[in-house]
Amino acid sequence: MSELISMRAAEASLALAEGTLSSVELTQAHLDRIEATESRIGAFLARSSSALNSARDIDTRRAAGEKLGPLAGIPIAIKDVLCTSDMVTTAGSRILEGWVPPYDATVVSKLRSAGMVALGKTNMDEFAMGSSTEHSGYHPTQNPWDLTRAPGGSGGGSAAAVAAQQAPVAIGSDTGGSIRQPASFTGTVGVKPTYGGVSRYGVIALASSLDQVGPVSRTVMDSAMVHDVIAGHDPHDSTSIPTPWTSMTEAALKGSRAESLRGVRVGVVKELLGEGITQGVRERFEKALELLSSQGAEVVEVSLPHCEYAVAAYYLILPAEASSNLAKFDSVRFGLRVTPEGSPTVEDVMSATRDAGFGDEVKRRIILGTYALSAGYYDAYYGSAQKVRTLIQRDFAQAFEKVDVLLSPSTPTTAFPLGEKMDDPLAMWAGDVTTIPVNLAGIPGMSLPMGLSAEDGLPVGLQLMAPAYQDARLYEVGATCERLFEERDGYLVSERVPEVI
Amino acid sequence: MASDALMDFDAALELFEPVIGFEVHVELSTQTKMFSNAPNPAAMDEAQIDPNTCITPLCLGLPGSLPVVNGTAVEYSISLGLALGCEIAPVSRFARKNYFYPDLGKNYQISQYDEPIAFEGSVSVELDDGSLVEVPIERAHMEEDAGKLTHVGGATGRIQGAEYSLVDYNRAGVPLVEIVTKPIEGMEHRAGELGRAYVSTIRDMVRSLGISHARMERGNLRCDANVSLRPRGASAYGTRTETKNVNSFRSIERAVRYEIQRQAHILKSGGTITQETRHWHEDTGVTSPGRPKSDADDYRYFPEPDLLPVEASAELVASLRALLPEQPVELRRRLRADWGFPDVDFKAIVNAGLLGEIQDTIVLGVSAAAARKWWMGELSRMANDRGVEPGSLASPGDVHALQKLIDQGRLTDTLAREVLGAMVAGEGSPEQIVSARGLEVVSDDGALLAAIDEALALQPDVLGKIREGKTQAAGAIIGAVMKAMRGQADAAKVQSLVIERANQVD
Repeated sequence: MSELISMRAAEASLALAEGTLSSVELTQAHLDRIEATESRIGAFLARSSSALNSARDIDTRRAAGEKLGPLAGIPIAIKDVLCTSDMVTTAGSRILEGWVPPYDATVVSKLRSAGMVALGKTNMDEFAMGSSTEHSGYHPTQNPWDLTRAPGGSGGGSAAAVAAQQAPVAIGSDTGGSIRQPASFTGTVGVKPTYGGVSRYGVIALASSLDQVGPVSRTVMDSAMVHDVIAGHDPHDSTSIPTPWTSMTEAALKGSRAESLRGVRVGVVKELLGEGITQGVRERFEKALELLSSQGAEVVEVSLPHCEYAVAAYYLILPAEASSNLAKFDSVRFGLRVTPEGSPTVEDVMSATRDAGFGDEVKRRIILGTYALSAGYYDAYYGSAQKVRTLIQRDFAQAFEKVDVLLSPSTPTTAFPLGEKMDDPLAMWAGDVTTIPVNLAGIPGMSLPMGLSAEDGLPVGLQLMAPAYQDARLYEVGATCERLFEERDGYLVSERVPEVI
Repeated sequence: MASDALMDFDAALELFEPVIGFEVHVELSTQTKMFSNAPNPAAMDEAQIDPNTCITPLCLGLPGSLPVVNGTAVEYSISLGLALGCEIAPVSRFARKNYFYPDLGKNYQISQYDEPIAFEGSVSVELDDGSLVEVPIERAHMEEDAGKLTHVGGATGRIQGAEYSLVDYNRAGVPLVEIVTKPIEGMEHRAGELGRAYVSTIRDMVRSLGISHARMERGNLRCDANVSLRPRGASAYGTRTETKNVNSFRSIERAVRYEIQRQAHILKSGGTITQETRHWHEDTGVTSPGRPKSDADDYRYFPEPDLLPVEASAELVASLRALLPEQPVELRRRLRADWGFPDVDFKAIVNAGLLGEIQDTIVLGVSAAAARKWWMGELSRMANDRGVEPGSLASPGDVHALQKLIDQGRLTDTLAREVLGAMVAGEGSPEQIVSARGLEVVSDDGALLAAIDEALALQPDVLGKIREGKTQAAGAIIGAVMKAMRGQADAAKVQSLVIERANQVD
């Protein structure tokens, strides 16, 4: 059993194709693993009741000689922010408790067409607002590396499920780091594609101009394979990019086979190495740079001067868009309805429902966003934040004239203890300093493990950033880095996860 | 409802100058809605559509749904902008207008704010005396319509006091263009008349562009009238009210006039005007206060992040400009000349808003006189009885089919009116009704002659008179024959046959 759950998706894909493994076996192994570990991890909000049926269907089709895609029969966990017509979808909020959407998100349809087997919906901070998954309206998720620590957020469920081998791969969404930060905290790989690379249709919106769906896995190659399944133009999403994508799988393969990093220009972002970075993270990052240099990469320091304002700008743009996106949760057509005593008006019912259904962090951001958009404040807040965004985009464009990829630690710290930041929202927000600029610029970013911190033995993530549309470059360079780290350490970080049972 | 004290209209105008402005919403008749592929009820012929049948997840504001701009609606909007003499923005943008109300699934309306698709235009409007007024257009922007609420259990039919409310989202997301005029000064006692003429011009315009069914009674075309007064000699505008729900041309004129009289009385008595939305009541001819409105209403507009800016290429604009039909004023002048009706008749057609129907009927091959007769006569009478527009009872195609039967001698005018009544009652096409009811004119001479012979035999005295040359005596025989034929005979033909027969019979 343990062999099946530790298999990489790429390996399982070959075994399935060769007929030495069935999807039913593989799926059953993961369902058993979830059953055995879920009480300690808490990665899922809903489990699929039809996973084995889907697996059986794939096995039957394969036996009948049907030509299937590379990920057909591979189980996958899906963040609860994506609409699924066969599973309750709540975005981690009580206000949507029990809601089954009448339609699938485009990404979910693509996973189904690719023959992937959905295991369930993963836990998240309510409406993806948070960096620890503690803001879930249901329960927290424990980090498999240390059950007293947070798995990061908002996509802590997807990252923890993949790290704990409950699923080989998962889907996340990343508005300010919600894929990359949990990946960093759990020793997994997570990718935020170029804005517009993956459809947002059926993804419950947090901040429409920042949200992007992406893969979570234990290896760069596995993320690349999932990325290839979910990317592409969707006529239902006006912001999705119409041009076709090159194969991420090919890029990862090429990178994993590269002899060295000769000719690769790597920029280290000065502003993302400031205060707040722990010694353990800093050491791993410096070691990584040494290794890349020694393997031929040309490492230079670059400056993104306006990144200083990124967190401030982000926490105006996001709440502003979120305050509008979340207005639809009003009890009239779906979800929770709370009717106060007496003879309430429709406004009374809306208020009571939103008061009962939304958690504190959601209310905090709705209030902030409503204020930022108000007449008389718009220019000072939302308007200024959009200007900062433009300046950050320019900073990145100028940096990418000199280098091929940019590097930084994915997060300033390793996974923090559960509860540590719950009473200090500003500290929680400040932790997003390294990931947020990528979303503001709309460029792709990847977090991959670069070792374990000497301070606490927890995983440390390396963030790679590439110019917009150059997602394949992340996979190519990322796969080389992954191989170099593995050769140096003698293991992949994800293989060192403690047994949680 | 307490009625407002009004000042005499002429007295009001002696003291105050009215400044008016209009916001006209046009529902576009695209096949699908503004931002989703739901069928568009504003493009359908049926007046009644089952509630919540023309909807998609977006119309309900379901989580995860996203808008996609309807390209045809953009083209229609550009055409309308051009017809309004506007500049077309090479890049315009959608924005979210945020407010909580149950008729908006998303609790925000996707509209355009500071970057509308069309701006700075003007429209020639012809008043009753033939003089032309240039109405200045500030902007025309695209947006989506809201759903429809029915409040049940309250005394007023308003949301306040209702036990519960029903929501129909069919209309949610119907494409709209909102046309906003600049403030119009100097219209004096013709302020109301201009309002009526302006909206009727917009109606003709969108109909000839073919972009809206433009039926006011169905809400395809809706007008809000802004009225303010300023004392003679003052330069600053007074506080304005916005009267909504003005759903016929005549009401626009009445509502503007009413507001002038109401506001003048308040101002003369030393009061102040409350800036507010007011509702027009068609039955009582008064306006009543709605919700207070101020410039501080905060809709927290911001650019719609789910949509890209709308780009109108120079090529697209040029091609749409090349397809523009005649301006309403030019069209009217041409039609007046072509049709040759007396001025008073033509004006009556314009005021009835039937120019388009009559024009379309004539294009199908019906004579101008016959087209006018049906639309201004029987159809207007039936529409008036039912409190609807004639265009909702029959189409130009229906009138053409009916008139064709008359021209072929298969129906008399009297029978045709019966067929029309049956058609409006929903019994089918004129052909179907004629055959179902067996209404066709008896043109079989044999049957007619037999009936004539029988009538003459029964009234020998009449026969004698006819033979003496007293042809008016034939009336009694004709009456008897028509009765025997149950009216399904051409009376003129019967008359000539009676005289011919009377002189033949032994």
